[in-house]
Amino acid sequence: MSERVAVRKTYKLFIGGKFPRSESGRSYLVQSTNVSLASRKDARDAVVAARAAVKGWAGATAYNRGQILYRVAEMLEGRREQFVALGVPGDEVDAAVDRWVWYAGWADKLPQVYGGANPVAGPYFNLSAPEPTGVVAVVAPEAPALLGLVGVIAPAIVTGNTVVVAASPTQPLAAVTLAEVLATSDLPGGVVNILTGRIAETAPTLAAHLDVNALDLTGVADAELAAELEVRAAENLKRVLRPAPADHDWTADPGLTRMTRLLETKTVWHPKGV
Amino acid sequence: MTFEYAPAPESRSVVDLRPSYGLFVDGEFVDPAGGGSFTSVNPASEEVLAEVAEAGAQDVDRAVRAARTAYEKVWGPMPGRDRAKYLFRIARIIQERSRELAVLESLDNGKPIRESRDVDLPLVAAHFFYYAGWADKLPYAGFGPDPKPLGVAAQVIPWNFPLLMLAWKIAPALATGNTVVLKPAETTPLTALLFAEICQQAELPAGVVNIVTGAGDTGRALVEHPGVDKVAFTGSTEVGRAIARSVAGTRKKVTLELGGKAANIVYDDAPIDQAVEGIVNGIFFNQGHVCCAGSRLLVQENVADEVLESLKRRMARLRVGDPLDKNTDVGAINSAAQLARIRELADAGSAEGAQRWSPPCELPERGFWFAPTIFTGVTQAHRIAREEIFGPVLSVLTFRTPAEAVEKANNTPYGLSAGIWTDKGSRILWTADRLRAGVVWANTFNKFDPTSPFGGYKESGYGREGGRHGLEGYLDV
Repeated sequence: MSERVAVRKTYKLFIGGKFPRSESGRSYLVQSTNVSLASRKDARDAVVAARAAVKGWAGATAYNRGQILYRVAEMLEGRREQFVALGVPGDEVDAAVDRWVWYAGWADKLPQVYGGANPVAGPYFNLSAPEPTGVVAVVAPEAPALLGLVGVIAPAIVTGNTVVVAASPTQPLAAVTLAEVLATSDLPGGVVNILTGRIAETAPTLAAHLDVNALDLTGVADAELAAELEVRAAENLKRVLRPAPADHDWTADPGLTRMTRLLETKTVWHPKGV
Repeated sequence: MTFEYAPAPESRSVVDLRPSYGLFVDGEFVDPAGGGSFTSVNPASEEVLAEVAEAGAQDVDRAVRAARTAYEKVWGPMPGRDRAKYLFRIARIIQERSRELAVLESLDNGKPIRESRDVDLPLVAAHFFYYAGWADKLPYAGFGPDPKPLGVAAQVIPWNFPLLMLAWKIAPALATGNTVVLKPAETTPLTALLFAEICQQAELPAGVVNIVTGAGDTGRALVEHPGVDKVAFTGSTEVGRAIARSVAGTRKKVTLELGGKAANIVYDDAPIDQAVEGIVNGIFFNQGHVCCAGSRLLVQENVADEVLESLKRRMARLRVGDPLDKNTDVGAINSAAQLARIRELADAGSAEGAQRWSPPCELPERGFWFAPTIFTGVTQAHRIAREEIFGPVLSVLTFRTPAEAVEKANNTPYGLSAGIWTDKGSRILWTADRLRAGVVWANTFNKFDPTSPFGGYKESGYGREGGRHGLEGYLDV
């Protein structure tokens, strides 16, 4: 009896909760696998999907967002072997699961830690609360393939932002596999969109896009490209997170800044009286 | 019925202006290397108030070096407890000299003495007092156990609230252990120079605060100086964009507080008289030279006529004139250039088909003046509904449903502030949730407090000033 012929997986983009091929019909080869090579048009489509998802996701209750992030952790735990098969070390997968759990808990706590009542000198109720900035474009770090990706996506979406992620060009398989996890975690379509391909091709479009509110340059290793992207981002005054240092430790406690830099503080005043 | 008022001018004898001012660098007033100067005029009379040094690149460099040395040798290592005491001293001196500062502010800026005396100066002192208390409590501010300052802060401020913007910039910077080089606006440098004297009086160590006067070139030299670690700017969105480009690829941390085109939403159940007071305060406070001014009135269609009638009646009672007169409600436009800008946009409003109205109003012959003005029949596409006028000009639009009000309010690249007028609590919260703006005033407008974070969404800039949030822009977090 002949050996069973394996059914291979097609690795595609993740846009609006669906897995389309690049509209350009192009692919590139990674680990003997054809991976979609996203075009500038794909980047724009992803922004449209991300924008469409903002209202529902930002408007969801913090409890609901927390539960969905926790659900991502559950799904990732169950797919551990898939990532190991792609070459992601088992302890990195574990750390990535734990990172989702950690961020899940922040959904309904950060507004208390980061906002609150302000004791103004007058008869006014005055409250500051954080809100998501909107659509965030992210250049994911080159490595670690999974933990680095989770480390940029989770802090952006836990507060209600939606993201378009330019995945690491050399690590797209882990990124697409994570997209499959997200697609089965009750995460509404469009909250996370993942583009595989060349950073130099998609990132400038995302950086200049007028319907993107923030730009996370964490994974841009080329200082010149990072500066160019930051210049493009100035056109509509995007909030910019500058590149992480090459030796950034993704296993360390991430702190709050990855979340807070993608938040707006809204302060509401109302007079007190009878 | 018209009430006649006798003039009630505040005495300007409390202000002792020197004929000319140097730059304040390393604790002393010094002459600029290039020897250039410009004059600051009283916009209500066009009288020259003083000659002020113009800082060139060399002077900016000198100031940044002085700030660096002070940061490394004195201010950075100083315990927070001691930094606090200097800031408390400054707050107290401002309170003690508040009349002098208020009169000078009105002279140089053109704002009514009633506002500089009752709004600007109390807030300036309160801001220093508030941040003074933070200096030795930073580990408790929520930014980790030992948050560090950034170093030298380059700060560029506008002319609409000269001393208040200085306070918003300098107080948090110093409390967190940074040193500063600040550039006041070229039309309103004088209270900043008086503040330099206050720093001397407080015996603030030399170089901790440096003040360089000049126009756009001076500001650019300061912002682009490689020796600064932090850039804080308040001003136009156009300049904010240029700054965001110029710092690209550097390590400089940036906060920008830029333009606005705030919607002031009046629902049909709002108490009309209170709402009208709020509308007037929203757009005519400080001659409308306010980035968070309520410059777009969105009024529910079924009460629009009633609100407008009442608004016009109220506007006819506004007293426009001598800023130093204690009865004055609306003072002078800050400069000829700003007056030209307001005129251009108002003319565009008429040309595009909106209806213009101003109360009968005698304006002084000398100086820069613009009568309080409203435009009705404004559409969202009109320039006066989209562009920041930064003057006493209100654009009136109408809406039918709350959803339409929110849609129109958010239909702007800006997102600094907004107003809501209604008697229904749940409607306030529903609306406030949906407005993309950093400050939402419900049944009030243009309220400020040192404890209350201020700053915008979208193209109104990023970062917050005031409150615990205001520390973040000056800490390495």
